[in-house]
Amino acid sequence: MTNRQAVIVGAAETTGLGKLPTMSNLDLHVDGAFNALADAGLAPGDIDGIASIGSDPIDVARALGIHASYLDSTMVGGCSSLFHLRHALAAIESGRATTVLITHGESGRSRVGGMHFGFAPDSNIAQFEFPYGPVGPPGTFPMGLLRYMKTFGLTHEQLASVSVAQRQWAAMNPRAMMQSPLTIDDVLASPILAYPIHLLECCLVGDGGGALVVTTTDRAKDLDLPYGAVRVLGSAEAPEAPMISMMEDLTTSRAFRECGRRALGEAGLSHSDIDHLMIYDAFAFLPIYGLEDLGFLGRGEAGSFIAEGRTAPGGTLPLNTNGGGLSYVHTGMYGMFAIQESIRQLRGTAAAQVEGVEVSMAHAVGGYFWAAATLVLAKA
Amino acid sequence: MVTPIVPTPTPLTTPFWEGCAAGELRLQHCVNCESPFFPPQNRCPRCLSSDIAWAPVSGRATLYSYMIQHRPAPGFEDRVPYAVAIVQLAEGPRMMTNIVGIPNTPEELVLDMDLEVRFESRETISLPVFGPIGSMS
Repeated sequence: MTNRQAVIVGAAETTGLGKLPTMSNLDLHVDGAFNALADAGLAPGDIDGIASIGSDPIDVARALGIHASYLDSTMVGGCSSLFHLRHALAAIESGRATTVLITHGESGRSRVGGMHFGFAPDSNIAQFEFPYGPVGPPGTFPMGLLRYMKTFGLTHEQLASVSVAQRQWAAMNPRAMMQSPLTIDDVLASPILAYPIHLLECCLVGDGGGALVVTTTDRAKDLDLPYGAVRVLGSAEAPEAPMISMMEDLTTSRAFRECGRRALGEAGLSHSDIDHLMIYDAFAFLPIYGLEDLGFLGRGEAGSFIAEGRTAPGGTLPLNTNGGGLSYVHTGMYGMFAIQESIRQLRGTAAAQVEGVEVSMAHAVGGYFWAAATLVLAKA
Repeated sequence: MVTPIVPTPTPLTTPFWEGCAAGELRLQHCVNCESPFFPPQNRCPRCLSSDIAWAPVSGRATLYSYMIQHRPAPGFEDRVPYAVAIVQLAEGPRMMTNIVGIPNTPEELVLDMDLEVRFESRETISLPVFGPIGSMS
């Protein structure tokens, strides 16, 4: 009997990370693609499907000489790579594709050959938000944070402790852009970009990318995989709001809540089964929303949970163990890096390896709460 | 000199901007379920009815949340630091705005404070902003 169940057989990031001024977006895609293909023991000619953000899949297909029969350019912000993986599973399991390459590459810092983000002057966001002068992600994304702080009593010190905990993980990771120790006082003494957010509560801006290779269980059996394949036990995706001012409630993400519930439900698991967790941290407040909205904690509990070190090295719920967008790298769309760290933890190859990781959850947001996606991953 | 972004109306949003030009905050109301909504769209977001009418609202609001921008958007160089806020209109919908007539500091900007609409001229557009009640300057 054939087994078309899809598994991840290749996973790798770009060779370099952080500051790569000679590489374009597409160069980063290709570098990550070759690394992931080598990881799987495959060649471009084995690929029949391509999904990408940062460069168009048509560009990636051309650059790798692949005559693909499946393309996915779903672009919903930083969680797009999670969407791509989820869609690739469906494509493979329904027979539309056999082996899909998912790439992300973004010259977020050096801005070489990048993509153009823009909104028409008569779009809703350009009519009803931009005229008031919100400045980029730091001045827009945490717009509900003061309301959250007032509602639940979250303190500035607790918020700063998110950056401190993640730096503790990054200190063990030679590839992390920021590794030197950090204190709460350091975070609170850093410049305010947009009150109540300090510079050290914002993600980094770097260059990099990564890629995944997904194929059928049957095909995976023929490969010599040193760490085995990784399976997606459950997954979910959801839209939220096209503008931050249109969220139903700015102290909680409906998309996070729905994704967490559906992904765990599909996996048939409960929160206590999750050994390791990645929550996209474009800003320090996002792991707080994530822990609560994904159902790991009750509303208002995450600030003290993180401040007590429960997510830091040695804590009960290891979170963002690569250092996260705050200390590892953030190219603009970080989702691929969250998936890569979940896979490394399952394989036992992470720089800051947690003992006995059998199930990992990766959760990502797109845009300013535009969309979200969640994956529950385990060794196949 | 760099100027702030000026909204470009569409056929759908023109009644909103015409209201602002007349010194009145007008929102769409669903005739079927009687709920006001924002931003403009052709069907009620609650009941999906296309029976929609424009009508003025009170202009009263409370301060829902905000961020104080320490780096200026283009055209906001002489205002920094300034608040970008989300207010909750008395009728329910929320909108992004600026807060005028009061220092834009964490001490002065208290969540849930009462505000009322006023209009700021920006080239061809009258832009709704909010300030403390009775402090019209």
